[in-house]
Amino acid sequence: MSGDWPLWEVFVRAKGGLAHRHVGSVHAPDAELALRHARDTYTRRLEGVSLWVVPSADIVASDPDEAGELFEPAESKIYRHPTFYDIPDEVKHI
Amino acid sequence: MASLPPIDVPKGATGAGAFDAPAAGARDPAHFDFLLRLGDDALVLGQRLGEWCGHGPVLEVDISLANLALDLVGQATLLLNEAGDGDQLAFHRDVLDFRNCLLVEQPNGDFAQTIARHLLYTTWQHMLFQRLTESNDQFLRELAHKAVKEVAYHRELASEWTIRLGDGTEESARRMADGLGWCWRFVPELFEVDETLQAMIDCGVSPDPRQFEEEYRSVIAAVLAGAQLDQPTDQRPILGGRRGHHSEHLGHLLAVMQFLPRTYPDAIW
Repeated sequence: MSGDWPLWEVFVRAKGGLAHRHVGSVHAPDAELALRHARDTYTRRLEGVSLWVVPSADIVASDPDEAGELFEPAESKIYRHPTFYDIPDEVKHI
Repeated sequence: MASLPPIDVPKGATGAGAFDAPAAGARDPAHFDFLLRLGDDALVLGQRLGEWCGHGPVLEVDISLANLALDLVGQATLLLNEAGDGDQLAFHRDVLDFRNCLLVEQPNGDFAQTIARHLLYTTWQHMLFQRLTESNDQFLRELAHKAVKEVAYHRELASEWTIRLGDGTEESARRMADGLGWCWRFVPELFEVDETLQAMIDCGVSPDPRQFEEEYRSVIAAVLAGAQLDQPTDQRPILGGRRGHHSEHLGHLLAVMQFLPRTYPDAIW
């Protein structure tokens, strides 16, 4: 029966200052109940302070067949990583 | 086949049924009874919702109902431990000693009937707990303060589902109306004030539920209007749960819930 319901992607903000992260998906008949299902499924153990749900059908995904041309060119360009800086201890979440 | 171990009946145990839990002790009997009423409501409704576990119409609803059940069992644990030994009270009392209202022991029926029961109970419970945050009793004040948010969520969720089922398909509307029709006659008991409750009202431990009956009726009417459902016609009210006069459904519930600790009293898990 849940197959009759649309799928929603769930994003949780673990605490203030952090970005919402994708954690999974739920079935629900509408947006309001999707939020409730997401709350009951993914934030039972104090995992979050904020929730987003997005209809899965609205997610535009890259084509796996194009992974080569999309992502491989970045592989050999380590100078694009900001790994050559010393990060002060006080700076979190980088 | 091993025979069942004998049941220990503590000295001084009292009660209308086979009350083998320790007696109330030094506590004021009305106060003890009041804690049992709230604790048994939560325990029995929690057990009922737990019956859905693994049987929910969809996985998400299954998890949702189990969550509600756990909230209620948590409240019951606090309340019954305040009244006495929570485990003894939960697992070693018989039907006649339970003080829950008749509404919470009603069978789950289909999902709509479960939602109808939850709407009617938790809307009342929420209004009660809001006022219990100002109780003279420190324990109840703190419990209500903590639980009132859980209960608000229960009430909201039950309202949302009532609206969706009532204003859904022809079949869901019929089932929702049937569920409400089943539960409706147990609403007046929620607002009954007997001697015990009057004593608790007089000493400032409990609010008087009659003070929020009108608000309750209008809130439920608003949810039903949103659900495009007619209010069920008032039937002859059925009372008695608070005095231990229960429907036949409670005994079956307790048989399942109490089987293990009664059969293996020293079991640890």
